[in-house]
Amino acid sequence: MNVYIPLLTLAGLGMLFALFSVSVTSLTGPKRYNRAKVDAYECGIEPTPQAVGGGRFPVKYYLTAMMFIIFDLEIVFLYPWAVASDQLGLFGLAAIMLFLFNLTVPFVYEWRRGGLEWD
Amino acid sequence: MIILPLVEPPPIELPELDWLLLGPMALVLGAAVVGVMVEAFAPRSSRRTIQLVLTFGSLIGAFVLVVLAAGSGGPVMASAAVIDGPALFLQGGILLVALLAALTMAERHVDPSGDAFAARASAMPGSEDERQFTARGYLQTEVWPLFLFAVGGMMLFPASNDLLTMFVALEIMSLPLYLLAGMARRRRLLSQESALKYFLLGAFSSAFFLYGAALVYGFAGTVNLGGIADAVTAQPQMSGLLLGGIAMIAVGMLFKVAAVPFHSWAPDVYQGAPTPVTGFMAAGVKVAAFGALLRLMYVAFAGSEWDWRPAFWVIAALTFFVGSIVALVQSDIKRMLAYSSIAHAGFLLLGVIAVTPEGLAATMFYLVTYGLATVGAFGVVMLVRDDTGENTAMENWRGLGRTHPWLAGAFALFLLSFAGIPLTAGFIGKFSVFAAAAAAGEGWLVLLAVLASAIAAFFYIRVVVVMFFSDPVGDGPAVAVPSWFTRTAIAFGAAATLVLGIFPQPVLEWAAQADIFIR
Amino acid sequence: MNLTSLQLPLSELPEEPVEALTGTLPAEAAGGYFPYMWLLVALPAFGALVLLVGGKRTNAWGHLLACLLPIGSFVLACLLLAQMMGAPVEDRLVTLEMWDWTFAGMFDVPFALRLDQLSMVFVMLISGVGSLIHIYSIGYMAEDPDRRKFFAYLNLFVAAMLLLVLANNYLLLYVGWEGVGLASYLLIGFWQYKSSAAVAAKKAFVMNRVGDVGLSVAVMLMFVTFGTVTFEQVFAAAPEAGDTALNLIGLALLLAAVGKSAQFPLQAWLLDAMEGPTPVSALIHAATMVTAGVYLIVRSNAIFDLASIAVTAVLAVGIITMVAGAVIACAKDEIKKSLAGSTMSQIGYMFVAAGLGPAGYVFAIFHLLMHGMFKADLFLSAGSVMHGMKDEKNMRFYGALRKVMLVTTIAFICGFLGISGLPPFDSFFSKDDIIKAALGTNWFAGVAAIAAAGLTAFYMTRMLSMTFFGDKRWKEEADPHESPSVMTVPMLLLSVGALFGGLFFVYVGDIVGWLDPITGYQPFVLPINDTVLEIVTLVVVLTGITLAWRQYASRPVPQQPPQQVSVFTTAARNSLYDDAFNEAVFMRPGQYLTRWLVWFDNQVVDGAVRGIASKVSGAGEQVKRLQTGFARSYALLMVGGAVLIGVVFVVARWL
Repeated sequence: MNVYIPLLTLAGLGMLFALFSVSVTSLTGPKRYNRAKVDAYECGIEPTPQAVGGGRFPVKYYLTAMMFIIFDLEIVFLYPWAVASDQLGLFGLAAIMLFLFNLTVPFVYEWRRGGLEWD
Repeated sequence: MIILPLVEPPPIELPELDWLLLGPMALVLGAAVVGVMVEAFAPRSSRRTIQLVLTFGSLIGAFVLVVLAAGSGGPVMASAAVIDGPALFLQGGILLVALLAALTMAERHVDPSGDAFAARASAMPGSEDERQFTARGYLQTEVWPLFLFAVGGMMLFPASNDLLTMFVALEIMSLPLYLLAGMARRRRLLSQESALKYFLLGAFSSAFFLYGAALVYGFAGTVNLGGIADAVTAQPQMSGLLLGGIAMIAVGMLFKVAAVPFHSWAPDVYQGAPTPVTGFMAAGVKVAAFGALLRLMYVAFAGSEWDWRPAFWVIAALTFFVGSIVALVQSDIKRMLAYSSIAHAGFLLLGVIAVTPEGLAATMFYLVTYGLATVGAFGVVMLVRDDTGENTAMENWRGLGRTHPWLAGAFALFLLSFAGIPLTAGFIGKFSVFAAAAAAGEGWLVLLAVLASAIAAFFYIRVVVVMFFSDPVGDGPAVAVPSWFTRTAIAFGAAATLVLGIFPQPVLEWAAQADIFIR
Repeated sequence: MNLTSLQLPLSELPEEPVEALTGTLPAEAAGGYFPYMWLLVALPAFGALVLLVGGKRTNAWGHLLACLLPIGSFVLACLLLAQMMGAPVEDRLVTLEMWDWTFAGMFDVPFALRLDQLSMVFVMLISGVGSLIHIYSIGYMAEDPDRRKFFAYLNLFVAAMLLLVLANNYLLLYVGWEGVGLASYLLIGFWQYKSSAAVAAKKAFVMNRVGDVGLSVAVMLMFVTFGTVTFEQVFAAAPEAGDTALNLIGLALLLAAVGKSAQFPLQAWLLDAMEGPTPVSALIHAATMVTAGVYLIVRSNAIFDLASIAVTAVLAVGIITMVAGAVIACAKDEIKKSLAGSTMSQIGYMFVAAGLGPAGYVFAIFHLLMHGMFKADLFLSAGSVMHGMKDEKNMRFYGALRKVMLVTTIAFICGFLGISGLPPFDSFFSKDDIIKAALGTNWFAGVAAIAAAGLTAFYMTRMLSMTFFGDKRWKEEADPHESPSVMTVPMLLLSVGALFGGLFFVYVGDIVGWLDPITGYQPFVLPINDTVLEIVTLVVVLTGITLAWRQYASRPVPQQPPQQVSVFTTAARNSLYDDAFNEAVFMRPGQYLTRWLVWFDNQVVDGAVRGIASKVSGAGEQVKRLQTGFARSYALLMVGGAVLIGVVFVVARWL
């Protein structure tokens, strides 16, 4: 069980911090509402619940989000590979190239099928 | 303050790649990737042809490779997966089932407006866009790469040798299926609804699996199945981590095989999904997930079988009874087949509970027979139609045996095989699994299963009665004339069901030789 | 006349019951015709295949081929019989291995045929009576446009029935069992354009399924108990098995037998099955298929001998059906339905005999053989009458037919003599043996059997006099005439069997000694003198005949059935309310269960889809509603399941 003690401690600290910050701000902070403040996000698009088309988000946002995930994943694997690339040698290079190729395929697909055109 | 120790990392061992053993999976997944590129670059008019060539070429090629590899085997990819006897047998089965399913998916003649999939899955149901796409005869050819990805995942699933690979395989298999389920050309809302349900609940069950894997890792310090087995044997005393882990992994797996009470998605999804996909899903997922479940329970958790067996008794009994009884009252053929597949999951669990080489061999044989008959049965369901698409209400199948004796005969054969009537493959399968469980000392459970299969026989027979002994309504059900794609699928399924029912010996022998998992 | 005839062969038997022989001889070793015994099944199967696949091209000669093939089987059967009779007793059990179903470490089921004294008897009966009925059908079905299909189904039936009796294990027997069932449904529903025929086929199908479930359960139970399903191994292992297991297996086998042989409580389908063409009724629903249940029980004697509850159940079923069937036969006005009631009753006799244990098995088979001949004869004669009377089935519109259909009348009278138990004809030997064995073992069964013998004589005399004697009550369009010789010759051949079969099997072919190595035989002690008993039985039979003759031959028979009758008659006319019984005991509870399940299904499992499907047009909201609605409850169910698994884990660990 010993190996879990740091983990549990961290979890406890996290919870304490969350509780602390929420309660302290609600107790001490000034409460002056305006329209911008009650928006879900203070940037970007207005998430209207009753928009035309029955409360839908345009699918473009999801495409962008998925694009982000593609590159995000790329970094997640490239970083450890870069650290150990000396040891991994040619095999590692080939493997990471294959991985990059596979990640590029959906990107190319999205580009060719017009997923990158905003309008 | 806790400081994590800084250790020099051990030298990395580069994995060996055995291309003969990896070949089948690599071929299918590679073809899927190429398929995506085809979607990106090939002109619309030639996509279907290229995709069909890719799909059938890779499936047949992979099947040939599996046959060539039969007899050899060992861990591959740094022990992340094991290609052993059972893995090859199940991969062969999955590829066969996938070939038949691909044939039904390629069918373009039964629906006047195209194949079984929406012209454009992204067009809103009932919208002007949808009508235009349909009128222009568009086809959503992305279904082919998706299909191949699912097949690849299915092939990896029973071969995976650690919990993480297994999870990855599970998701490679499932995600394309969620999408495919939502792409029906007709009754699109039903289809999309089912896809969403399947996705949400599937994600939920994946979470169970992951939590369980984490707990087991906490117990064993490894995700490798053999390593877990060693840890289980080394620490025979009670461990909450292990038990919790097994239980949660089991939930994730039992969801995939549609065991009660994790079955509720199955009827909705079977009914909503495009019928070729339903057939593929019902057959392929069952084979793959049971293969993985067998490997988990036989390799990793065999040492604590007395911990999980009682839970599996309860689940198995619940599954075959609920499946059989609720199927009795279904009035829709596809839903009836869904509950039938639930009942079959219960019978198959007997083979998992046995934890003997015989149990493994019997379950694998059962899976293959069930898979072939299932794809064939859904192939028949595709053909009985009216103006709005498939006509799956049972009362509209009245008199099919008189108007279309061959089609109804094939369907009756599949149903009889499900019911386990002698001289069909299903009988040998059921008999083997029951025999294996009985030999493993599960006499009472087998008795219950026999009772449940007696109940189950009635709803299959009911459809046979409706088809052959009832007067047709009006002109009788309209049956579309299929192209050779569907004909081949149904004919092959029927022939296999009959041949494996009369001369099962070669396949029985293959299964019996492949009855040990390599750790 | 030697009234104590049966003591002759019995006295030569050893006092102790003989152990059933278990040694079997491979067909190759036996030589002669034995290696070819697969042809018995293959010939008619080939006929069915040719006629079904060949289609219309075979219309011209198909029925001739279909007749020749069972005759071929019959000839082969005769040769086999001759060879078997020439062989010493220990070499009479011959097995022909064909191929195996083996699953390493689990099961090894040989696909093999087994010919022994018991199956030999059945093979002779099936191929012999079957061939005659094929020939008869050439005339009977001459005008039917689908005659080819009819013959194909008949061939299929003969093949399946032969497989059933030749199987050397319960699995292969099950295959034949399902095969005869299939052929039977096809033939009952042969005139599907008549809705009554379609309904009858459906009823037979469903009720037989109930029985078949019994057989599949029995096979599985045997597998679990013995690890094998071959006859030899099961019988050898039976003494070591537990009481409960043996009784469960016995009861499951009984359920199967009850379904196939139309015994209580699964008897209702047989009366409706008379909607099929008459040769079918003769072959399937009188001579062969319905006796498969008796075969199954006698074949499994090693199990029933050890299962006291199951064997008592067999006896009880037999007594109930024996009496009830006879009562029904007394009241039915349709000639075939009356004969069907009689069939139930006669098979009831066989069940009674089988329920007596080793004392009765032989007599069950003996009576079965006799019944196969006289009942086939009676059915074919009835068919001949209907053929001449434009398919009129109601006996109230017959009468005085002896004047126009002399051959048919003679054949029917022969059948009448065969069934009624008058000396020295068939039933006099076979039925009296059952009565004696019953009295010697269980007095109640014996008394019931005597009473049923009286009822048998009554309904047969009623049938005979209403049809062939008395006044003409024909409808105007009726133009009775004698049937062609292709029909009458088989009738006459069967008549010979009905008259002299009993004599033959008692004095020439010693049936008891023949079957003894398979079924075992246990002599019994009669509480009263043999001769006295035979006289009592004869008096009861003669009383039945006299009563019926006075009622139906000496007085005019009204064309409309009289309405002022006792409750018993009304009940019998309604087949003792079997449909109402089924409805109350099986259908209603089934419907309640189903209704409850549908409710459950709607409320808990899938209310969603039905609602959606009905208003698909409602576009967007659907997905949203489901997202927040039912998917969530499914997820809740999953959580419940996870909790369940957890609880079972903990409980299992704890225990």
